[in-house]
Amino acid sequence: MLSVSPLFFTSAVLLVSLMAGMLGSLLGLGGGIIIIPALTLFFHIDIRYAIGASIVSVIATSSGAAAAYVREHMTNLRVAMVLELATTSGALTGAYVAGLLSGRWLYIIFGLVMGYSALMMFRKSRKDSDEISISAPWADYLRLHSSYYDEALGREVVYKVARTRVGLALMYLAGIVSGLLGIGSGALKVPAMDLAMGLPIKVSTATSNFMIGVTAAASAGVYFVRGDIDPFIAAPVATGVLLGALLGSRILGRLQSSTIRLVFIVVLLWVSVQMLLKGLQ
Amino acid sequence: MRIFWRSQQPAVSDTEARVRGVERLISGLLRAGVLMSLTIIIAGTLMTFVHHSEYLWSDTALQHLAKPGAAFPHTQRDVWFGVTALEGQAVVTLGLLLLIATPVLRVAISMFLFIYQRDWTYALITLAVLSLLLLSFGLGKIE
Repeated sequence: MLSVSPLFFTSAVLLVSLMAGMLGSLLGLGGGIIIIPALTLFFHIDIRYAIGASIVSVIATSSGAAAAYVREHMTNLRVAMVLELATTSGALTGAYVAGLLSGRWLYIIFGLVMGYSALMMFRKSRKDSDEISISAPWADYLRLHSSYYDEALGREVVYKVARTRVGLALMYLAGIVSGLLGIGSGALKVPAMDLAMGLPIKVSTATSNFMIGVTAAASAGVYFVRGDIDPFIAAPVATGVLLGALLGSRILGRLQSSTIRLVFIVVLLWVSVQMLLKGLQ
Repeated sequence: MRIFWRSQQPAVSDTEARVRGVERLISGLLRAGVLMSLTIIIAGTLMTFVHHSEYLWSDTALQHLAKPGAAFPHTQRDVWFGVTALEGQAVVTLGLLLLIATPVLRVAISMFLFIYQRDWTYALITLAVLSLLLLSFGLGKIE
């Protein structure tokens, strides 16, 4: 712990959270995956308090972004409701297990997941053209097929959903990671919908954002009652990350493919190694 | 601009109009929840610094605020008594709880809307999600 005044601490954490939120929205990652290393490596905050503060900021940014996506009719609400069954169960499992693990393991798992998320950003976005022709009894029964208005194409795109059970299994896993580490784990949720279930990438992103809030609320409840959400840390983190994400999306848009993006990804990979090392020490 | 969508499925336009209404409601709720909780969190933070002027310069006070074992409200009782005493950190915690409650409330509203539409499958699914969310507050106590 740094020996500075509480006012200095609040201001510094607010500033760093603001930057984490901006960087997160620029890269299409959540703020959580950036703020946790910042709090632990830079401010020497206990990883449990960092996770507790991060999970609250995840709810704030997800709810803010979800509000916009839902209005644009980009979110598939039915898919979200069904998959939330799996993500919330996973989040409860993860948040509960986090209480049993030592801080060392949290660092190691965080380093691995962060490295994976950074590597995932190299992934080329898949073409949405392939029609799903396999039979999907669950998706039919649950009426998951839908459509959305694509701004770029200028028309309504009708899509079908498949492999609901595979999606549920992957979402349970994503929920565990989210609950364990206090992050949104969108890097796991989006591919589960877009690669496994066949949802268009734009719908997957919007629906993932929508679910992240509920998933995070499930683990936040556990963290709050356990006493891991320190209001003195969580207040500047939630405020900063949310404002940063808003600023990032309003002013800067999203970095698609550029050298700056590559630099950021390399930095994230380096940070993930630092987190791993801290766990292995 | 969304004319296509109506012409493709004219038979369900009534249901779809209702879905649009639900979407607007959920969107508004999320936005209001986030704005309100953030306002309370900022107000609580300001109160903390107004009440504890030593926080502006003391370099030992942080130990009691941000170190493991720090004393801060984390039960409903603590929060309630703290808020009525206008204690800054309790007000912040109230804002954090409201933020956590926002998605929970969203699920609850969806559930009632599904019940209203007599969509029992989805009413059950949302009920299950809601139960899991409420369970989370109980699960934190088991160690």
